[in-house]
Amino acid sequence: MARYVARRLLQMIPVFLGSTLLIFLMVNVMGDPIAGLCGERACDPATAAQLKREFGLDKPLWQQYATYMGNLFTGDFGTAFNGQKVTELMGSAFPVTIRLTIVAILFEIVIGVTLGVLTGLRRGRPVDTGVLLGTLVVISVPTFVTGLLLQLLLGIKWQWISPSVRYGSFDELIVPGLVLASVSLAYVTRLTRTSIAENKRSDYVRTAVAKGLPRHRVIVRHLLRNSLIPVVTFIGADIGALMGGAIVTERIFNIHGVGFQLYQGILRQNTQTVVGFVTVLVLVFLVANLLVDLLYAVLDPRIRYA
Amino acid sequence: MRRHTPARGAACVIAAGLLATACGGGGGFGGAGVLTSSWGDPQNPLEPANTNEVQGGKVLDMIFRGLKKYDPRTGKAQNMLAERIDTPDSRNFTVTLKAGWKFSNGEPVTAHSFVDAWNYGAGLKNNQKNAYFFGYIEGYDKVHPDSGAQTADTLSGLQVTGPRTFTVRLNQKFSSFPDTLGYAAYAPLPRAFYTDHAAWVSKPVGNGPYQIASYTKGSAMSLKKWDAYPGPDPARNVGVTLLVYTDSNTAYTDVLAGNLDLVDDVPATQLKNVHTDLNGRYINTPAGILQTLAFPYYDPKWNTPGARMVRTGLSMAINRKQITGTIFRNTRTPATDWTSPVLGAAGGYQAGLCGHACDYDPAQAKKLIQEGGGIPGGRLKITYNADTGSHKQWVDAVCNSINNALDNDKACVGNPIGTFADFRNQTTGHKMSGPFRAGWQMDYPLIQNFLQPLYYTGASSNDGLWSSPQFDRLVDRANAETDRATAVRLFQQAEGVVRDNMAAIPLWYQNGSAGYTARLSHVALNPFSVPVYNEIKVG
Repeated sequence: MARYVARRLLQMIPVFLGSTLLIFLMVNVMGDPIAGLCGERACDPATAAQLKREFGLDKPLWQQYATYMGNLFTGDFGTAFNGQKVTELMGSAFPVTIRLTIVAILFEIVIGVTLGVLTGLRRGRPVDTGVLLGTLVVISVPTFVTGLLLQLLLGIKWQWISPSVRYGSFDELIVPGLVLASVSLAYVTRLTRTSIAENKRSDYVRTAVAKGLPRHRVIVRHLLRNSLIPVVTFIGADIGALMGGAIVTERIFNIHGVGFQLYQGILRQNTQTVVGFVTVLVLVFLVANLLVDLLYAVLDPRIRYA
Repeated sequence: MRRHTPARGAACVIAAGLLATACGGGGGFGGAGVLTSSWGDPQNPLEPANTNEVQGGKVLDMIFRGLKKYDPRTGKAQNMLAERIDTPDSRNFTVTLKAGWKFSNGEPVTAHSFVDAWNYGAGLKNNQKNAYFFGYIEGYDKVHPDSGAQTADTLSGLQVTGPRTFTVRLNQKFSSFPDTLGYAAYAPLPRAFYTDHAAWVSKPVGNGPYQIASYTKGSAMSLKKWDAYPGPDPARNVGVTLLVYTDSNTAYTDVLAGNLDLVDDVPATQLKNVHTDLNGRYINTPAGILQTLAFPYYDPKWNTPGARMVRTGLSMAINRKQITGTIFRNTRTPATDWTSPVLGAAGGYQAGLCGHACDYDPAQAKKLIQEGGGIPGGRLKITYNADTGSHKQWVDAVCNSINNALDNDKACVGNPIGTFADFRNQTTGHKMSGPFRAGWQMDYPLIQNFLQPLYYTGASSNDGLWSSPQFDRLVDRANAETDRATAVRLFQQAEGVVRDNMAAIPLWYQNGSAGYTARLSHVALNPFSVPVYNEIKVG
């Protein structure tokens, strides 16, 4: 087990280096970031040259990357164009997005798995058909439509919620979290449903029922535990996707999180911001995947890591 | 939300426990007499000579007062801190300050407050993006050379002659120089700016009607009325809280829900409903912004007598009235000259200067383009940046209009570029092969500002490298002229040269738009499309 974890951690290094290099190249391909700094008129050449020197943009790309990676290991993510440290930006953006992701994941687990179990056990019944239809609708409607619609109805028409987020506290993030989770939630429901329906007829469930175990114990301990493996894989991979993909939701609900910072970083072609945030997101993704793999063993002891 | 609900308190405690984050950001925003207003994250650190976009400018407008101030209604430059600015020859100026002005930290505003600030703004090593504003002052080439390090720290053209007087010597005659001094880059700075720069930037101190109470970068700034403000235009509200919004649609939604008092950028998609939504609390007034199509004169194909006729033909092929009506819902006005209505007739705006060349006349357009030898390169590609400003819509409409006039579906296409930075990169790198979007927002309400930076040979924003000795001569003469009316007339003659060559196709004047809740009254936008915050009354 320890060897497996160590090997996985070592594998992360090339993935990490490769992905940051790619992002670095992509942002640099977009052209000279200083050009956009002075608005609709050109920066005067002397100031532009000075700014380039200051941000290290006058050096060849490989050297910029090497310096950047070097600084990274000392915890220095560089400075954004408005003079703020990128770590400072991260300090304000990540907590909000993490909270948003937690809300979204909770929705996925609680609602998604519950509905999945419910429909998986009652395949072909009206409940099943209804939920399936519902998930189909959720999957096919784009997130920004759901978001704007909920904002309009709950925020303006009925005034149940504030249409925008001010502080990024959990209670404000419930509706945005639901919107962010919606599509994944539908997939979780469908995955759980299929998995449950398949395992319902398996031998170990029949044995458990024959032993005379109470129904809820059969479902939770035997049926659900084995059916959750694909669902856990999905949710684990979703953590990274939710954090990075929150751009639309964060924009609609005025959440100053990772999506907002990334969006601004890309618009302003701010290499330091974009690369810094993506670097952290890559790490989150890798760690989440590792955790998912480790969770398999907990769910199904037959899976062992050599 | 102005309420602080127990539920949020509880959630904050949980959040703080889980993630060790601060919650609430200092309690609720707004409050009695305080208005909330939408804001965007300033792109640069908040220093007067380093702020070149409207969001940072908004703050400077509240916390600073300069030698002059532009009348929010007429745009006319009026003395603020300046008691008088005298000149015998349009080149040497003597500035006398009014007594009794202070910064909000108690420091008096002296001649040094200005001279030191201007020297700092011009200095190359300080990286100030508006440094070129000091380019008229003698000694600028030493303080801010085109290449290499600066050889002087102070502008030789600036001399302090007394506690409240200083002299300015320019490197050329420039009669309207005093009228440019209302621009934020010329604001005075207190000693604290130099002695503890980091602290000052995180919470700027100025001499305006407001002072900054708190500033959380990227999310909110709270400004409160400075009670000891000595100027004639004190704040009529208790304070203003600027809130950064990720999207102007969300800000607008918040105004509808009563969570935000003022949005100063009504998104185009909402304009359809704005009158019913806001019940008249919607402002749509002209601002000093002109959209044009510029041309690459460094490409020989565009620099021929025939191409001049083609440009005029293209201008006539654009149905400005229809585009401003349908796409912009009349928040833009078809342009008939190369300045802006905010200048007023006395300031140099002349409706109809463009003449028939700006009227929609597809038949004549087709004829002119054919006589001029057709579109250079066979096909018109209008370049724009696709990331902000919804430029795609109008570029497509302009192309459509041109295609219709020429009876050719493929005569004109839009050429989108991903980001603004890349767009600017290609414009300044002179890589355009056809017309490109050129928006001009004035720095100060002077006809000079609409012409010289854009069309003078080698000027800072002459991205198309247009050049006309006749135009340059007229501008030089206008700048040397001490009589204001004569100077304006000469500038208009120079504008006539731009027209005769159709150096750039004027498209439309842009309006500022704002919406607000019933809590507010006396809301207005100044010619820079920034709300006049100190005039707004709450409740």
